[in-house]
Amino acid sequence: MSLLLAAIIGMLFASALYMMMRRSFVKLTIGLILIGHSANLLIFTCAATRRDGSMERLPPGLIEEGQTRIEGEFADPLPFALILTAIVIAFAITAFTLVLVKRAYQEVGTDDLDNMRTTDR
Amino acid sequence: MMLSLAILALLSVAAPWVCRYAGPARGVVLAAFPLGIGAWFASKIPSVADGGGIVETFAWLPELGLELTFRLDGLGLLFALLVTLIGAGVLLYAGTYMQGHHQIGRFFAYLIGFMTSMLGLVLADNLILLFIFWELTSITSYLLIGFNHDKKESRSGALQALMVTGLGGLAMLAGLVVLAFAAGDLAGVAGGVWNMSELPEGLSGHAHYPWIVALVLAGCLTKSAQFPFYFWLPSAMAAPSLVSAYLHSSTMVKAGVYLIARLHPNLATGTAEGLWEGLLIGFGAATMFVGAYLATRQTLYKRLLAYSTVSSLGVMVMLIGMGHPDAAAAYILAHAMFKGCLFLVAGIVDHEAGEKDVAEIGRLFRAMPATGMAALLAGISMAGVPLAPLAGFVAKEKMIKAGLDAGPLTALLTALIIAAGSFTVFIAIMTGFKPFFGKAQREPKKHAHEAPWPMLAAPVILAVLGIVYALVPALFATPVVTAAGEAIKGGPFEAALRLDAFYYYEISLALGLSLLATLIGVGIYFGRGLWVKATSPFAKLDGVVGPARMYDYAMLGLTKGSWAQTRVLQNGSLQVYIKMTLVAILGMFAWAIWRTGALPSVGTNFERTGLLEWVLIISIAVSAIVATRLGSRLATVAVLGVIGYAVAVVFALYGGPDAAMTQFAVETLIVVIFVLVVYHLPRFAVYSGLAVRMMDLLLAATFGGVMACLVLAAGSQELFAPISAYFNEAAMPETPDGQSAYGRNLVNIILVDFRSVDTLGELVVLGIAAIGVYTLMKLRDDHEGTPVAEREGDEDEREGGNA
Amino acid sequence: MNSLVLQTASRFLLPLLLLLSVVILLRGHNTPGGGFVGGLLAASAFALQAMAFDVESARRMLRVNLLAMVGLGLTLALVSGFFSLSVGGPLLKGLWFEVPVLGFDDPIKIGTPVLFDIGVYLTVLGVVLTMIFTLQEVVE
Repeated sequence: MSLLLAAIIGMLFASALYMMMRRSFVKLTIGLILIGHSANLLIFTCAATRRDGSMERLPPGLIEEGQTRIEGEFADPLPFALILTAIVIAFAITAFTLVLVKRAYQEVGTDDLDNMRTTDR
Repeated sequence: MMLSLAILALLSVAAPWVCRYAGPARGVVLAAFPLGIGAWFASKIPSVADGGGIVETFAWLPELGLELTFRLDGLGLLFALLVTLIGAGVLLYAGTYMQGHHQIGRFFAYLIGFMTSMLGLVLADNLILLFIFWELTSITSYLLIGFNHDKKESRSGALQALMVTGLGGLAMLAGLVVLAFAAGDLAGVAGGVWNMSELPEGLSGHAHYPWIVALVLAGCLTKSAQFPFYFWLPSAMAAPSLVSAYLHSSTMVKAGVYLIARLHPNLATGTAEGLWEGLLIGFGAATMFVGAYLATRQTLYKRLLAYSTVSSLGVMVMLIGMGHPDAAAAYILAHAMFKGCLFLVAGIVDHEAGEKDVAEIGRLFRAMPATGMAALLAGISMAGVPLAPLAGFVAKEKMIKAGLDAGPLTALLTALIIAAGSFTVFIAIMTGFKPFFGKAQREPKKHAHEAPWPMLAAPVILAVLGIVYALVPALFATPVVTAAGEAIKGGPFEAALRLDAFYYYEISLALGLSLLATLIGVGIYFGRGLWVKATSPFAKLDGVVGPARMYDYAMLGLTKGSWAQTRVLQNGSLQVYIKMTLVAILGMFAWAIWRTGALPSVGTNFERTGLLEWVLIISIAVSAIVATRLGSRLATVAVLGVIGYAVAVVFALYGGPDAAMTQFAVETLIVVIFVLVVYHLPRFAVYSGLAVRMMDLLLAATFGGVMACLVLAAGSQELFAPISAYFNEAAMPETPDGQSAYGRNLVNIILVDFRSVDTLGELVVLGIAAIGVYTLMKLRDDHEGTPVAEREGDEDEREGGNA
Repeated sequence: MNSLVLQTASRFLLPLLLLLSVVILLRGHNTPGGGFVGGLLAASAFALQAMAFDVESARRMLRVNLLAMVGLGLTLALVSGFFSLSVGGPLLKGLWFEVPVLGFDDPIKIGTPVLFDIGVYLTVLGVVLTMIFTLQEVVE
């Protein structure tokens, strides 16, 4: 799984950056969404990977009723906490960018970023 | 001492209110404070003169060993007296001079703020503290020079002063740090010696000595307007006259002289050939001559005084370098009196007669006798007219005697002193005599009349003190000058200091030379038309290659350079930014691999992968590729949804139910939003050519490959133990004990307890994004029919709101 | 969108989803869930209402100005952090109290982190709905 995950993270980064380098504002937005997923998966690898580099389905960081700690292996909760907030922030950024695209298209009449450069008079 | 600084700092803040409620009495009220503080300092003269200093220490951050140390010794006392007493006079003067100005409260706040910084500067013993006050004087001076900010020359003059002194200050900071560590080396103190009073002997033998001297002097020479940095001082004359009197003759420009004097005992080599002494004599003598010469070509009252101040500052630096601290201290005190007086007189002439050009005016004595008397006394003192028992005469005799005692440099230095002295006599006639007794070219613009008493007080007192200085030196001059001189020298004088004028009434070479200089000066005055004509070729040369011109070139180059780099690096194209970032990161990776000589090791322990994982990974991979190729907007939304849900399932499988739930909910909401706007979005368009797209693809693919390797490499590294073991222990106690989080879901506990400050910050970001969306869609102003200029203003405000 | 199916579904789903979101919020300290998920879930409930009927009806149902809700959420989260200052702890340190309630065997446990999580819930709900409603109103 770790090898596959590494490959998929690389692939997601590649397509995200390719989209972000396009001159079309909508495509840039899609690139932003993709790079959010890539980054989240990157952080995720820290949570689920063992120290020897192997990866397994570990139980979540939940303490059983009546216990005071988790016995045995469990998935590192800190990366998941970071991912959780990152997801919500990425959502807000995506929504904001979509609105910006729509508004800019409405005002400027183009979605070509190269043509928008001259609009900040 | 610290109390006095605190009082002045508070007064600076309170000044606008005082100005509002005290009305015309504001000058008196405000001047009372520095006057009282000055009186306190004056009461310390006897004990300081006997060698008893005062030290106050305030433990600021004792954990870090940071202490604010203030020390009052002879040198500090001389400057503290100048700062507070002349400051009091200037405040009194300003209360009337600035009357009716719409920003008078702000003016007083700046002026008293400057006074606080300057007083702190001369009392600070700690090097960092000294630097902070040093920079504060630069900043307050900038504000004061640019006070009439609606005038272009005020703004450019203020900026020039700030650039020159600020850059010098930065060099000086580096020099002070090197100094502190070099001193630490010698004294065997790790972390450096930061108090100037504790600097050890023998710094001149340290390997870094040349650097210390060069960097510290860079700060001192720019601040004290030495050649070739003097040009900012005449430009600074755009400030109100009293600011020039206070900052640019009595106090701030002497900060450089002060620091040179302060460090002289530690940095001097003891011989005239030493680096420190050589530089001081060289720069000082050049400044003395060039400043005085340039002054002779001016006709504006304040510019005459400005250039002559440049010359005087050169004299002070030169005298310290020549090893005559007594002469330097005597000159500093005398100069503060006659030059401060003349600057204030220049302000009166401008204020009451509306005249700035001394070549035009004359015969003002009848209209303003008190001002005229003060100016005449100060002028005679400045000229150092032989046998006139005034402060300037004493100082000048000591200076000429120093020049005659300069070993191999005697001939050169004496010639320069006499030349500069002759020019100074001419300047003194032009400023102290001509406006009041000379021939008038025309009537003054305003109906000239005497100034009111608050404006007269300071110049008249300063002029009279010039007489007291030389006739009854024991009253204040001898103890102050002796204490200051001994502090500069770093030890007691062998013989008692003689500052009484009659001591110098003897037939000697010095007196003869002084007489000669006076005669030449008078000669230039009567032949001044000829003089200007004779020297104009040099003036033309100065306009082409002079220091001021060089400064202009440097500023122009800076502007052009930053313009060019902005066009290349910040051209506003997002694609270029992304590409530059990627290339830079890839370069850093390549550099790291080249340095370590090996690729990072990749874990080899690959486990079997289940069917569900294969399905998820393949669907993400296919979707990621398809998303970049699709032309349909709706299909792209669907594909993105697939990726989002697949990622959520991955989280759910591998121990992250919270993240998975969030991802599911967010993905659903994103789809909702896309559905809302998708038909209002522009269609997908291909703008770039094939070659560009291939290049981008190559770059993106390379970066993706590097990231994949990074994931593999990072997975098998353990740099430090994960903190989750602590979270596990601290999460769930038997009972709430005030130390633990008391919850079972570790992810949630991290969010709301262990790292809740992070979460709070993220909530704020969310709120800002919501406000951004709201303003973008709801608050649209109708721009039609609005001129572009006004639109720009609107948009600036909107950007500020979103930022 | 005036789909009868959607409208009927919304009538049933809205209270259910809201109830679920509150349960997820309050149970989040011990089981998967919490303010972020709860807030998103509640937001989707109102988004559904707005899509089935219109934004106006969803706003009426909320009764609160959305940006005010964001402000309230932020304030709650911040205020929850001040309690610990009163006992000399660092800002935002969690404090728990056991409150005995009549009719229950175990005392009810109340902590400042719950207050913080409610702040998160309100902020997320307000932010998401501001975005969706604003967009939808412009589209309508």
